[in-house]
Amino acid sequence: MWDVIEAPILWQGAWVTVQLTLYSAALAFALAFPFGLAGISRHAWVRAIGRFYVEVFRGLPALVLMFWFFYSLPLAGLRLETLFAGVAALGLNYGAYGAEVVRGALKAVPKTQFEAAVALNLRPAQRVRRVLLPQAVPLMLPTFGNQLVELMKATAIVSLISISDLMFRAQQLRSSTGEGAAVFLVILVMYFVIAQAMLLLVRYLERRSERTLGRVRAEGAAR
Amino acid sequence: MEPSDASAGVLPKGGTPGIRFDKVVKSYGGNAVLRGLDFTIAPGERVTLIGPSGCGKTTILRLLMTLEKADGGDIWIGDRALTHMDKGGKKAPPSEKHLHEMRKQVGMVFQQFNLFPNMSVLRNLTEAPVHVLGDSKDEAAERARELLEMVGLAGKADAHPSQLSGGQQQRVAIARALAMRPKVLLLDEVTSALDPELVVGVQDLLRDIARQSDLTLLCVTHEMNFAKDISDRVLMFAEGRIVEEGPPEQIFSAPAEQRTRDFLQAVLAT
Amino acid sequence: MIWDWDYTRELLPSLLHGLRYTVQATLLGYVLAVLAGLLWAVLRRSGNVVVDQAVRWVVEFVRSTPLLVQLAFLYYALPATGVRFSALVTGVIGLGLHYSAYTAEVYRAGIADVPRGQWEAATALNLPRRRVWLAVVLPQAVRRVIPPLGNYLIAMFKDSPLLLVITVPEMMHEAQAAGSPTGRFLEPFTVAAVLFVFVSVVSSVLIRRLERRYGTV
Repeated sequence: MWDVIEAPILWQGAWVTVQLTLYSAALAFALAFPFGLAGISRHAWVRAIGRFYVEVFRGLPALVLMFWFFYSLPLAGLRLETLFAGVAALGLNYGAYGAEVVRGALKAVPKTQFEAAVALNLRPAQRVRRVLLPQAVPLMLPTFGNQLVELMKATAIVSLISISDLMFRAQQLRSSTGEGAAVFLVILVMYFVIAQAMLLLVRYLERRSERTLGRVRAEGAAR
Repeated sequence: MEPSDASAGVLPKGGTPGIRFDKVVKSYGGNAVLRGLDFTIAPGERVTLIGPSGCGKTTILRLLMTLEKADGGDIWIGDRALTHMDKGGKKAPPSEKHLHEMRKQVGMVFQQFNLFPNMSVLRNLTEAPVHVLGDSKDEAAERARELLEMVGLAGKADAHPSQLSGGQQQRVAIARALAMRPKVLLLDEVTSALDPELVVGVQDLLRDIARQSDLTLLCVTHEMNFAKDISDRVLMFAEGRIVEEGPPEQIFSAPAEQRTRDFLQAVLAT
Repeated sequence: MIWDWDYTRELLPSLLHGLRYTVQATLLGYVLAVLAGLLWAVLRRSGNVVVDQAVRWVVEFVRSTPLLVQLAFLYYALPATGVRFSALVTGVIGLGLHYSAYTAEVYRAGIADVPRGQWEAATALNLPRRRVWLAVVLPQAVRRVIPPLGNYLIAMFKDSPLLLVITVPEMMHEAQAAGSPTGRFLEPFTVAAVLFVFVSVVSSVLIRRLERRYGTV
């Protein structure tokens, strides 16, 4: 078992998993905000676009989407970089979940805050940017944190299109050593450690953002 | 009118418009709240709306602040309609741009203060002047500090709303509304959410502001003494219409309508 | 290359056959997830600190590691126990255990929502522990857990293609198998994708409707 843990290819694979998570999270983030904002638009057609994106890409498993990008699109004349197929599938999928989080958080900001922004004559874009979003973002963080871990777990599917992530490296190691159970147990622990590290980071960000919401605790009030 | 202290300098002066409601209709899901509401407020006049709770007084203020849309009728601020635009002699629904222009004249103080919890007190006061009126940051901050001084919170500029008492938050909200240099100020039950011991302080502040400015003031309140104090005229509102109006002395001492008498009796009994 | 409708028609039977496996694995896995999750939640309330913490970390471990890897692990580890499971059974166990980590949290929250006074009243009546759970706490918790549990059914459906890694002939596996000999993957994967969206959108509509009827009263 020790030779499995010490295998450098597993560590390389873990690094690829972390990178993939970050790329996909960046894409998901970039999609979540515009489509989440579309969900609270005053215009029905804008809301419909948001709804469509969310329903389709939440309904599609990332694996199905990834296979489609990887195997099917090239036949329709569009060849994607392997890495891009994985990141695009994960990003589109988690972007749809994220859009729902963004929409939910924006709707959770009390309506009176929006009204105060109108009463101060802020323009529609300013109401969102200066009043709603700063209050909504701290509400999104806990769910975003959980979704980041979900996304990290989901990256394991890229091994199926031969991106050399942790799962792919484990498959390689299994076929060279024949120790299937041991190899997969070891990488389960590695995934677990990555997940816990990500959660710690998110909790830290949550604590910081609580302050921006003005939820200053007793020591702050004493200043 | 004797502006007794320097703070009067930050209050808006001149160019005050009047307000006119013309057969305004508004209902919520089949429940008619305003049934052809008519009334006029002269420029610089201070008017209080009284009447049974939950009958739509707040709706009148919200319509003026464009937080609600009227189902019918016209609302005028000065010589321009809030409810429609003039497009080649024809009425057209108001654009966001038109509403933006109209809102420049109006400020509102809410029952629940509605301060922005993510901003310091000072930024609550400077955010809109900087980003809507285009004031420079220094200019806005300076005015904000003067306003905070006027409402008695000079030391709280860097505090967060959550660190203030209800009374202090409402003072900040009043200052925030004034920071936009409105000509019309709407007060929506501004002391209803306050602890009893904080009510008088906020009322005194508003009375001073009313005396030292020529703001057109429209106020909804359940505090009859405050209504008596602050207003030139009182409107008794019930069942979607104004049922009686007059100077406060007349309404409170010799109401003509039975409904007004019943209402005042009920309110004063508590 | 353009879309080939004849090819699509040829594919459809095997894809639908795969879909049957997909649905079967999802439903069986769901039953396991719903039952095992309840067991974890009750164990966490056992009052024994060791049991509580052990269950807590096992659940946390299962929840924060990829299902795909867990399936691979089970596929190689289960035979070592001496019992031979079919790929489908292994998949159902993997899927069910993975999601039991989520349903456990749903139950935990649902149980925590039952007011303290209910426990105290049951104690005051001197009810045996079994009755407290079965007659007082769980019936009240159930209504609170129905909506989130429904969502996990859909989530499991969407995770079921992962079973292809352990050779369960579910829909994606069939689609891949159909395209492999010729390299024509456009039609099989597109049809599979459409079927997935169709089933998951229809079932979320159904679940919303069930929720409204039986959900939080």
